[in-house]
Amino acid sequence: MKQPFEKVVVQHGSTVLRVARAVLGHADADDAWSDTFLAAMKAYPDLPADANVEAWLVTIAHRKAIDVVRATSRRATPVPDTPDRPSHDHAEGHHRELTEAVAALPTKQRQAVAYHYLAGLPYAEIATLLDSSAAAARRAAADGIAALRRSYTHDTETESADDHR
Amino acid sequence: MTTVDLAALYPIDDDDLTRLHARLATAAERDDLLDVAYRTVDSPVGSLLIAATPAGLVRVAFTIEGHDAVLQHLSDRISPRLLHAPARLDAVAQQLDEYFSGRRHGFDVPLDWQLSKGFRRTVLEHLALDIEYGTTASYGTLARLSGSPKAVRAVGTTCATNPIPVVVPCHRVVRADGALGGYRGGPAAKLILLDLEGAA
Repeated sequence: MKQPFEKVVVQHGSTVLRVARAVLGHADADDAWSDTFLAAMKAYPDLPADANVEAWLVTIAHRKAIDVVRATSRRATPVPDTPDRPSHDHAEGHHRELTEAVAALPTKQRQAVAYHYLAGLPYAEIATLLDSSAAAARRAAADGIAALRRSYTHDTETESADDHR
Repeated sequence: MTTVDLAALYPIDDDDLTRLHARLATAAERDDLLDVAYRTVDSPVGSLLIAATPAGLVRVAFTIEGHDAVLQHLSDRISPRLLHAPARLDAVAQQLDEYFSGRRHGFDVPLDWQLSKGFRRTVLEHLALDIEYGTTASYGTLARLSGSPKAVRAVGTTCATNPIPVVVPCHRVVRADGALGGYRGGPAAKLILLDLEGAA
């Protein structure tokens, strides 16, 4: 049974926005989200009733993110969360450093990490999106997570770690 | 071992989703993709779900019908391109508000009759036109008005399944013996509406 599109937006809106923010950065994520759901709404009547809706949305979001990057191609690397608000709060500063670390990942690693760890896409499907093999997609995600762990570890070692569990 | 909780790294604010949803509804309307728009309005007969196609008001639903079930039905019958999009329903919502506060005795909004076919549609159109605010008619009278005096039972079914209650005033149709008869919103809602109109 196919749900009304309203339910699709309510159920998957957060995940698509997280993926867009991770892949594109905060500034362009809104446009990618809007383009994604508008295109999805257009195609929705033809989507098979048993399709994996979230995977389908991430596929559309992937393409729309590429379009948004092309449209704003002056920017070499994505803008991370809260770029212009220096924070003295340790947790917030730490958070910012991590989103910056995500933004600094090579594009394929960032995409593989976002699609797998935020959207739960299997590597076989990520491989289709990234035009590579499942093994390469898995490696890209693993390399990305390893890089994020290094920045996380570096951060907790160089600053007081008492508020991290 | 240190794990990276990515989802926590991108916290989503409800305000952001509300804003993006509204932007989507506007864009969908602009691109002719919004096949069904809906919203809810508070009323003396409970929360009403109201839904409109580009052609007009297509459904008014009572809480006891289950709003989720009603949305699913609209999605199946009309189109799954269905969004919470209040703007298209501004006029209907305002007129309902005026009606429930006693300042309005008739509705002036376009209606989409696609959920009522054939004889049922004939019955409901007569109901909307011929039975005025503050009056009641029997099922038999409405059957006569609809041109099929013997179809009293069919008229009863039609009223019980009226997709646009309140606006198409099936609450004004009662049994010949003076009993209320059934109502999609329940007998209490029917009584409240007749009471409001001073017809009870």
